[in-house]
Amino acid sequence: MINLIWVLLLAGGIVVAGLNGRIDRITPSAIAAAEMAVNLSFKLMGVMCLWLGIMKIAEAAGIIRLFARLLGPVIRLVFPSVPRQHPAIGAIVMTVSANLLGLGNAVTPLGIKAMQELQTLNRERETASEAMCTLLALCTTGFTLIPATVIALRAAAGSVAPAEIVGATWLVSFMATATVLTLDRICRRLFGARSRR
Amino acid sequence: MFSFISDLLADWAIPAMLLLIPLLGYLRRVRVYEAFVEGAGEGFHTSIKIMPFLVAMMVAISVFRASGALDQCVDALRPLLGWLGVPPELVPLAVMRPLSGTGALGLTTELLHTEGPDSLVGRIASTMLGSTDTTFYILTVYFGAIGIRKPRYSLFVGLTGDVVGFLGSVYICHKLFGG
Repeated sequence: MINLIWVLLLAGGIVVAGLNGRIDRITPSAIAAAEMAVNLSFKLMGVMCLWLGIMKIAEAAGIIRLFARLLGPVIRLVFPSVPRQHPAIGAIVMTVSANLLGLGNAVTPLGIKAMQELQTLNRERETASEAMCTLLALCTTGFTLIPATVIALRAAAGSVAPAEIVGATWLVSFMATATVLTLDRICRRLFGARSRR
Repeated sequence: MFSFISDLLADWAIPAMLLLIPLLGYLRRVRVYEAFVEGAGEGFHTSIKIMPFLVAMMVAISVFRASGALDQCVDALRPLLGWLGVPPELVPLAVMRPLSGTGALGLTTELLHTEGPDSLVGRIASTMLGSTDTTFYILTVYFGAIGIRKPRYSLFVGLTGDVVGFLGSVYICHKLFGG
């Protein structure tokens, strides 16, 4: 599926550019995007190092285990395939909390950490496990209590009440999260047999 | 009041974590400096690992945008979304949201300035930006970091979440702020 989407974006883009007489834009935009991707990885590298360093301390100090014990029961409801004492539970708790707190930059490193923990449980290294799909679903809706970026943008644009959309954001996030979790459950039932092998 | 609390939380959340975690670690006799360096080393390797995945995805999306194909998708979706009660100004944002985080941020900033942050369109755009995330980016980075090649049904689930987030924003804002 990801192969098809990638080819569609790339080949579709080039064919359409040819038809629109914009073929001259393809080369510079492809090169600029490649450079941007590398810059982005480097930009990410600093925050990655910072947060994974802090998380290592939290892990050694038993803070993550504490969080995992507190919120574990809820997490296990959503991720039934992860064993009770597995470190993935703590990593998932940290990812979801960072999302809730709207810690933008911290979410990616923590999410990757959680994925790495889930990978240790995965039987087929190149195929996403059920738990990974669930975590991805949770992260792509990204339930945030305080959407700080949006509030800042609105304030900068001169809004009289920059934070008034927070209630609406919660309602919509709740709807979206409920939908993806339900859909994830359904897909797990439909396509689940493969990863259980 | 609410914006005061949200400012406070946004300002304090990260400093508080940077203060409490190392301090607690030290008090619990963790070798905090060494632990930090070890974790940071993992961060370094992971960022290098996701780079090729990001290049692949960002090049494809950028070509798709520069060719005008994205605009044509927007035009093709306009009647359908109009029928669902979506204001036409918001259609480009809806298509951009799952593909590019910076693109969606740029479009929202533009909308807030042209339509006004307290207009219905401005509020819907804000709600939408706050309640969805860049599905393609997250999938690329998270699965890239651990070498997953087959995302199975997760992209479909993520994109459905974006559709619900978008239509939900339109509906809820109509209800809350009137139309």
